[in-house]
Amino acid sequence: MNVAVAVDEEIRHETRPSASEAGPATKRVVVGYGFWIFLLSDIVMFSALFAAYAVLAHATAGGPKGVELFNQRSVAIETGCLLASSYTCGLMSMAIASRRYSATYLMAFITFILGAAFLALEIREFIGMIAIGAGPQRSAFLSAFFTLVGCHGLHVTAGLVWLAVMMAQVAIKGFRETVERRLLCFSLFWHALDIVWVWLFTVVYLMGVLS
Amino acid sequence: MTLLGKLNWSAVPFDQPIVMGTVAVMVLVITLVLSWVTLKGYVPYLWREWLTSVDHKRIGIMYIILALIMLLRGFSDAIMMRAQQAVAAGGAQGYLPPEHFDQIFSAHGTIMIFFMAMPFVIGMMNFVVPLQLGVRDMAFPTLNSVALGLTASGILLINISLAVGEFAKVGWVAYPPLSELQFSPGVGVDYYLWALQISGVGTLMTGINFVATILKTRAPGMSYMRMPVFCWTALASNLLIVAAFPVLTATFAMLLLDRYLGFHFFTTDGQGNAMMYVNLFWVWGHPEVYILVLPAFGIFSEVVSTFSGKPLFGYRSMVAATMAICILSFLVWLHHFFTMGASANVNGFFGVMTMIIAVPTGVKVFNWLFTMYGGRVRFNVPILWSIGFMVTFVIGGMTGVLMAVPPADFQLHNSLFLVAHFHNVIIGGVVFGLMAGYNYWFPKAFGFRLDERWGAASFWCWFIGFYLAFMPLYVLGLMGMTRRMQHYDVASWQPWLVAAAVGVVVILAGVVCQVIQLVVSIRNREKLKVTADPWNGRTLEWATTSPPPAWNFAVLPRVSDIDAFWNKKQRERAQQAQPQRQYEPIEMPKNSATGFITAFFAVVTGFALIWHIWWMAGVGAIGIFLTMLAFAFRSEEEIEVPAEQIARFEQAHQAEIAV
Repeated sequence: MNVAVAVDEEIRHETRPSASEAGPATKRVVVGYGFWIFLLSDIVMFSALFAAYAVLAHATAGGPKGVELFNQRSVAIETGCLLASSYTCGLMSMAIASRRYSATYLMAFITFILGAAFLALEIREFIGMIAIGAGPQRSAFLSAFFTLVGCHGLHVTAGLVWLAVMMAQVAIKGFRETVERRLLCFSLFWHALDIVWVWLFTVVYLMGVLS
Repeated sequence: MTLLGKLNWSAVPFDQPIVMGTVAVMVLVITLVLSWVTLKGYVPYLWREWLTSVDHKRIGIMYIILALIMLLRGFSDAIMMRAQQAVAAGGAQGYLPPEHFDQIFSAHGTIMIFFMAMPFVIGMMNFVVPLQLGVRDMAFPTLNSVALGLTASGILLINISLAVGEFAKVGWVAYPPLSELQFSPGVGVDYYLWALQISGVGTLMTGINFVATILKTRAPGMSYMRMPVFCWTALASNLLIVAAFPVLTATFAMLLLDRYLGFHFFTTDGQGNAMMYVNLFWVWGHPEVYILVLPAFGIFSEVVSTFSGKPLFGYRSMVAATMAICILSFLVWLHHFFTMGASANVNGFFGVMTMIIAVPTGVKVFNWLFTMYGGRVRFNVPILWSIGFMVTFVIGGMTGVLMAVPPADFQLHNSLFLVAHFHNVIIGGVVFGLMAGYNYWFPKAFGFRLDERWGAASFWCWFIGFYLAFMPLYVLGLMGMTRRMQHYDVASWQPWLVAAAVGVVVILAGVVCQVIQLVVSIRNREKLKVTADPWNGRTLEWATTSPPPAWNFAVLPRVSDIDAFWNKKQRERAQQAQPQRQYEPIEMPKNSATGFITAFFAVVTGFALIWHIWWMAGVGAIGIFLTMLAFAFRSEEEIEVPAEQIARFEQAHQAEIAV
């Protein structure tokens, strides 16, 4: 039903002369747009961290190199978890669009579990590295590695907290407009984390073991 | 003592009379103001109408009040430095010991850029942009209030550093390795970093808010090429904020990790790379220059065209120049450190890019000149600042192009020539622009004009004082004097430094005139009362009452051309008859204490992190999280202003808005 409403809105937009004739955009458009701008700024922040990593990638100060530290298997599972969670997040969006509570909760739950699994594997990797003396204090390379990967991990953590809060909001407030807008922003956020991870996987883990 | 981290009584500098005197005065003033407010019973009013307000006009005014107070703080630092350098020649040490002098120049730069210029510019944009766009508020009103709160938190932290602990002694750019724990073990750098991280988050929020507002909420009919130039420059400035501030956040985060957790981004050991900080800092730092100056260019465009009674010459070229600067500003950062030792080709590239940026800036200057040419210019205070700007800024721009030549820069790097150059463009560009805007929009904000005579006196003192204070620094730079010297042995420098000190006294007279101007104007406000359109303006902010109602426009204006209000006036003069209007109720965002409470917890967290009081940092962080939760779960988000109230307001002000 909701899909039909959305289509109606599309058509009305097209019959208008132009966007600037119509005046201020709807709240949903403005919120989504603003959140896109935020995501872009977040990606700029990540690019600064990527740049730092690229500069320091060989600054190992006699310590271990990436090729000696990275466990491809674990990273592959991490990647699988995160990509799958993006898919379930998409399914959640569809459940929200058709106002199905139980499907929404189920997909949110699976997304959460997959995200948490990703995080657990990452933390295990970090702890393992610190245990063999390859912590962030060892060299500039490891500082950059822990910061870049850790920053992504912090984002995932924030995403998990956000998802939990959103499910509480769905339970308490139901699918009202504000809640739906926030869920839209959440799914944008979650997919953006995936994109960052794809770069991260390539630049850190794949290129790191090439040399 | 672990309960309070590194904090104990020795953090308060009881043995330094200058610092303690300043602190005493500050505490006294704050106490007096607070008790006056409390005794007069203004607290509920302030809380209801200002501190929890999400109205963009109120928020803008509060930003500007913060900026003006910080202008006084930063300016007193400037007076102290000039006084020190005027006397500390030969064997003399002056009255400021090196550690204190170092804190003063670091605080001066940090405060003037981050806590004077930034809030002033953001305040102007907050007040003006939605009015010029013909809409009722920003895209995200509560976020706007949180951003203000975080800026205020940064300001509070940097001022606390005066009384508790110390401020950074590493200059306003805080280059490592000097700013690393190894060489700066005190809390000064931590104050710097946390104050800027917290206010930086606020600035980023502002940037996102403005980009969404300008691109997505405009009055019906206001296409891009019908937007006032100030809105264009605000758009460019906020795009730069969104693209540049995250880099600063990341860079400071790296330095914080170095200092707090022993990472090796910029350290001398562990193969850290200090020059990476310098690069990243200026990837933010150069766009920051344009974040500040582009809105000032916008103000000049509005002022020049209004007071010349002509549409802006070359509107399209002005827009193109603004957006060109917006992009080019990311391609010049290396000119801040040609001496790094990059190859000749790299230096050459950045030198050429820097010179290219002068082209769109030149386009702008010619546009303003041609706007005035053939116009009937009214010499009110805003246009005085604008003409003063054109003369001064061109000089500053030319010295900038001079330093864009890498071999010349090798001679001038970190000399007083550089100091003179950037003050020339920042004071002559940004400050003059903000003063023009302050005088221009003040009647819109408060319903009465600022006194013209004191305003003109203030302008002339600033203008003459500026030349007296900074032209000698160019000479000193060419004589080889480097920046940030607590004392010096070359006797021939002293006369020039004395001249510069005299210049600062003249600027001080200008500042005093401004304070008097404000006091006199408030006292004579009945005589200086204005209607909606005191300057015969051209843009939509002049179409509503002064001050505007909370909802700005009872009916969103329809725009069919640039200079929308001017054209409306022309049309209505021809038609005369006004149709009877029907008003509809307006949904307005509800006031929210979220910004204030978030700011409170941000100060708690920042202070705790600076002093390593970990439990308190946790409390602050949880506080922020709970505040956000409470905001997310609140039941009402909007209130409705009934149609009758709007009709009543419109009737009462009909005479004022009628053309």
